[in-house]
Amino acid sequence: MRPAPPPPPALLEVDGVSVRFGAVQALDQVSLSVRRGEIIAIIGPNGAGKTTLLNVISGFYHPSEGRIRFEGRDRTRLAPYDVAALGIARTFQNVALFKGMSVLDNIMTGRLLKMKGSFLLDALYWGPAKAQELEHRARVERIIDFLEIQAIRKTPAGRLPYGLQKRVELARALAAEPTLLLLDEPMAGMNVEEKEDMCRFILDVNGEFGTTIALIEHDMSVVMDISDHVAALDYGRKIADGTPAEVRTDQVVIDAYLGVSHA
Amino acid sequence: MDLLYRVFVGPFQDMVTAPTFLAEVLIGGVAAGLMYSLVALGFVLIFKASGVFNFAQGVMVLFAALTLVGLMERGVPMVAALALTIGVMVALAFAIERVVLRPLVNQEHIILFMATIGLNFFLEGLGEMVWGANVKRLDIGIPDESFTVAGILINKLEMTAAATAAVLVGVLAVFFQRTKIGRALRAVADDHEAALSLGIPLRTIWVVVWSVAGIVAIAAGIMWGAKSGVQFSLSLIALKALPVLILGGFTSVPGAIVGGLIIGTGEKIGEVYWGPLVGGAIENWFAYVLALAFLLVRPQGLFGEKIIERV
Repeated sequence: MRPAPPPPPALLEVDGVSVRFGAVQALDQVSLSVRRGEIIAIIGPNGAGKTTLLNVISGFYHPSEGRIRFEGRDRTRLAPYDVAALGIARTFQNVALFKGMSVLDNIMTGRLLKMKGSFLLDALYWGPAKAQELEHRARVERIIDFLEIQAIRKTPAGRLPYGLQKRVELARALAAEPTLLLLDEPMAGMNVEEKEDMCRFILDVNGEFGTTIALIEHDMSVVMDISDHVAALDYGRKIADGTPAEVRTDQVVIDAYLGVSHA
Repeated sequence: MDLLYRVFVGPFQDMVTAPTFLAEVLIGGVAAGLMYSLVALGFVLIFKASGVFNFAQGVMVLFAALTLVGLMERGVPMVAALALTIGVMVALAFAIERVVLRPLVNQEHIILFMATIGLNFFLEGLGEMVWGANVKRLDIGIPDESFTVAGILINKLEMTAAATAAVLVGVLAVFFQRTKIGRALRAVADDHEAALSLGIPLRTIWVVVWSVAGIVAIAAGIMWGAKSGVQFSLSLIALKALPVLILGGFTSVPGAIVGGLIIGTGEKIGEVYWGPLVGGAIENWFAYVLALAFLLVRPQGLFGEKIIERV
C-alpha cells in the first residue's frame, strides 16, 4: 500500500498571535492554519476577537507577539496595502464602499493593483492605457454578471440597500483576484433570501475560482452548511478547531455560546 | 430713467462701440481668471485626495515664492533656484505626510482641517524667519510691457502667466481625470480603510498630491509674485480661490478652471463697465457675491459631485 499523500501545505499560518489594546487582550496566542482552497469559518460570541484576527491577517493591526506566514513567507508586519498586493482581499463588517462612486467604479478600484504602468506613463501613453482599461473593464463585467448586479452598475454605491452594498463589496474584493478572501460577516443584516444568495456566491467563488475563503459568521446553520473547517474563538483564545461537525458538538464551544461562567 | 439707462443699456453700448477695448478687458479677465484657477487647483487636488480643505494652500504659494526669490537674491540662477524650490516643496510634502497626515489617518476631516490651519501659521513663520518679511521683487526676465495684435493691447507678463497656467491646468486635468490615479484618488478621498484594503498606498498618494499642490503653488507664486511683488498679501489670494471653488465645485479640476475664468472675466467686465456707477471696487466683491448666489442655488458648484444623503 502506498502511503497517503502528504497534506497540502497551509496557505496561511497564524502562529501564536497576540494583540492587546490597553488592558484588553483582544487576541491571546491564537494559532490557525488555513489550507489552500478551503472555506474556513471563524465563529465566537461578540467580542471574542474575530474581527481583530481578520484585521491582523489583513495588516490593519500588527500583533504584539506571534507570526503570520502567507504562502510560506513571513509577513507579520506588512502594511494593509502590501498585504493586498500579496493577494489577500477583504470586506468589512460595516461595509466600506466608496459611497460617492458608481458600482462599476467601486469594482474597478479593486483592479488597481492589477493595472500596470506608472502614474505618469499612464497619463502619456494613450493607446496602451486605454487597451488596459478596456481589458480590466471586461473582467469587471464578468464579475458583475457572476454576482448578478448588472442592473445597478451605474448606481452610486451609497444609494443601494444594505444587502446589495454587501454584494458590491464582495465584487470589489473579487476584482482583485485574491488567493485568500476575508469576509467579515458577509451576511449580517440580510434577510433569508439574501443570505441564500450570498451563500451561493461564496460557494461558487470557492468552487469556480478556487479562492480560499475565511469568513466570520454568526448564523450557525450557514456556517455548518458552507464551511469545510471551523475555528471558534472566545475571549481572544481559540477554543476549538476542526470540521463543522466536530466544533458543533464541542462542549467548550457550547458553553461559550450558552454563557457558562468562566470561573 | 437715466439710471436704468446707465445700468442696462449704456455699458452694452460701450462694449459694442469699442470692440477692441472689450477684447482687451476680456483678455485681462481670462488671464486673471487662469491665475485664480491655478490657486484653486491646489485646493482641489488635496481636497480630492484626502477630503481635507487645505487652509495652508495660500501660504504655500507665499512660501514657494519666498523660497524662489530668496534663492535668487543669494545669487542662484533662475533655473537652479526653480529646481531647488521644487525640491523644497516636494520635501515639504514628505514632511507634511510624515508629521501631520500620518498620525491623523482615519480621524475626522475637521481634525485634519484644523491641522492645516496650524500648518498655515507654521509655514508663514518659517518663511519669514528664513527669508525675511520685507517685500521682494521677483524678476523672471519677462518685462511687464505690452504689445499690440490687431490693435489690441496685450501685456507680455499676463500672457505668459496665462499660457503657463493653461498648460499646467491641462496637464493636471488629464493626469487626474484620465488615469488610474484619478480613481485611486477618489477612492482614498471616499474611504481610507477600504482604499488601504485594496492595495492603494495611501501615504504615496498623499505625498504625490501634496507635491503636485506644492508645484502648483510655485507656479501661482511666480505669476502673482512677478505681478505684484512677493509679500505677505500673496497668501491672501487664497481668499479669491474660495469663490472659484464654490463656483466650480471642490472636487472638480475642470470646475476650478471654469470657475476661475468666470470670476476673472466677470469681475473685470463688472469693474470696467459698471464700476463707475458705484464708484468702482466691484473687482473686490464681485467674486464673493457670485459665490454667495451659487451657495443658495447650487451648493455643489457647477461640476461638483452631487451631495447624496440617505435619510
